[in-house]
Amino acid sequence: MIGIIPSFKIASDAIRANKMRSILTMLGIIIGVGAVIIMLAVGSGARKMLEDQIASIGSNLLIVLPGASTSGGMSHGMGSQPTLTLLDAEAVEKQCPAVLYVAPVLSGVAQVVYGNQNWSTMVTGTTRGMFDLRDWSLASGRYFTGQDVRGATKVCLLGKTVVENLFGSIDPVGQVIRIQKVPFTVIGVLDEKGQSPSGQDQDDAIYVPVTTAQKKLFGTAFPGMIKVILVSAKGADYLEPAEKQITELLKQRHHIGPKQENDFTVKNLTQILGAAEKAAQIMSLLLGAIASVSLIVGGIGIMNIMLVSVTERTREIGIRMAVGARAWDIRLQFLIEALTLSLLGGIMGILMGVGVAKTISTLSGWPTLISPLSVLLAFSFSGVTGIFFGFYPAYKASLLNPISALRYE
Amino acid sequence: MALIEVKGLNKVYKSGDVEVHALRDVSLTIDLGAFIAVMGPSGSGKSTFMNMIGCLDQPTSGSYLLDGVDVGGLDGNELAEIRNKKLGFIFQGFNLLPRTKLVENVGLPMLYAGVGAQKRRQMALKALEAVGLSDKAGSYPNQLSGGQQQRAAIARALVNNAPIILADEPTGNLDTKTSYEIMKLFVRLNKDLNVTVILVTHEPDIAAFARRIIKFSDGRVTDDEEVKKT
Repeated sequence: MIGIIPSFKIASDAIRANKMRSILTMLGIIIGVGAVIIMLAVGSGARKMLEDQIASIGSNLLIVLPGASTSGGMSHGMGSQPTLTLLDAEAVEKQCPAVLYVAPVLSGVAQVVYGNQNWSTMVTGTTRGMFDLRDWSLASGRYFTGQDVRGATKVCLLGKTVVENLFGSIDPVGQVIRIQKVPFTVIGVLDEKGQSPSGQDQDDAIYVPVTTAQKKLFGTAFPGMIKVILVSAKGADYLEPAEKQITELLKQRHHIGPKQENDFTVKNLTQILGAAEKAAQIMSLLLGAIASVSLIVGGIGIMNIMLVSVTERTREIGIRMAVGARAWDIRLQFLIEALTLSLLGGIMGILMGVGVAKTISTLSGWPTLISPLSVLLAFSFSGVTGIFFGFYPAYKASLLNPISALRYE
Repeated sequence: MALIEVKGLNKVYKSGDVEVHALRDVSLTIDLGAFIAVMGPSGSGKSTFMNMIGCLDQPTSGSYLLDGVDVGGLDGNELAEIRNKKLGFIFQGFNLLPRTKLVENVGLPMLYAGVGAQKRRQMALKALEAVGLSDKAGSYPNQLSGGQQQRAAIARALVNNAPIILADEPTGNLDTKTSYEIMKLFVRLNKDLNVTVILVTHEPDIAAFARRIIKFSDGRVTDDEEVKKT
């Protein structure tokens, strides 16, 4: 009875004796396992990206945009109609039961000055609801209140990046900065939020009360006008009711008849993200199909080369049988040789897959995630392939008649 | 009790519709420590006889007792174990594993006996010493002369202390001088270790080293006599 370890030694000797052939044989497994690793890395990276995206924007989110959803038809001249107003936002918050938080948005890029430091950043006028909706906590200070919004006070909340660029190590709370020459008192600093999925630094932002933004920063011809209303529903099940309620309410408020086109659009962000996730899933599936085809082809390659090897080494098998190798010993030897080939290929494939996944994420900015589980999965796939496709050649070798095997030239 | 006891051994091969009688009613006994030369023309059945004795083939009918065990009733694994424990094979073409060091080649039977690496190496070195190849333990077969390779093969046959060595034309690929050296080695091992040696040969001068010569013809034993040593 021969042990597993001597069998591995015999296998590695045989593989080393035919290096080129062994590497070419492993290529199919290498590519297959590499594809599995890349597929799982990109797939889980994409899923994580989408999850982060949903989490950072806020869950169960609806976006109300001005303008019709359909292109063509009647076009409203830009600014001729203030399609969304702060009052709309307030009405949505008060009158739509399926709605949890509402945040009006009026934003623009502005120059910000503190002392001799200046910084250009996105300034967003909004209400307290913005931070509830996005689950955005404070690092220090306080949020602005309803009173701040009603009174259009000149207070602001800073993102981490702005603080770093304007203040350095100084505590900004209580300091006065100038946004487009208007002095604002810093009342709070927001927690770090990190990059948005599109690569934007979400901490490079300043938030002010929406009324202040309207009156002091981004004044328009139509008072009360805002760019967007962000709405979060009470839960995933409330998204559709919320969408319906908002549409009905705004139609009524904007006096839009049943045959008229809406002058606003309600978008369901979760649905959009869901579609993106579905696309990512399809891509994973596609890569998975390629991976399994490649593994099968690789396995057939191993089977082929093992059959060649068994034929080439018929005499060796005969010698081994003559000195006392049992059928099982021979079977084990060739099975382990196939297994060694496929596992070596598997290891190389894992290394290649990790390398390619890393390269993809560096070059394209796509996030990739290599989990130990996916490495384990790929490794066991290659092992299973080796055993499955190595079994027949090993079985064939063990059936050889020692007399004719010894005579084989 | 005889080491090998063969009674009414028949072997019939079917080659298409034609039946070939390779062995016909062969009966003989061989004692422990015998030195036997098996001779006969090609197709006389001597190789088939050796395969039977070597447990590589099963007879069509008849019985074969090896050390009191009826080999006819054993399965493949049990036959492999008998080959491993009781028999050592020497071939005309040496049949060492290529790309494998001599010490590992010699230790091969022990590998299949489940002996650990260290013990295996120790026993292989001892066997190599017995055939005078101690200094070649780390060499590969293709680095050795034919005579040296055959001596390594003899060491492999000796390593598991098998009582029987079966040699199929062991000097067929060697020149006369080397052949005689190999034969002297067999004689010495036979005398010193009391190993039973059964060898097949065509050449009378090689057969002359044996103490008993069995001649085959048409699958039958036609002659079986002790050699008078002068």
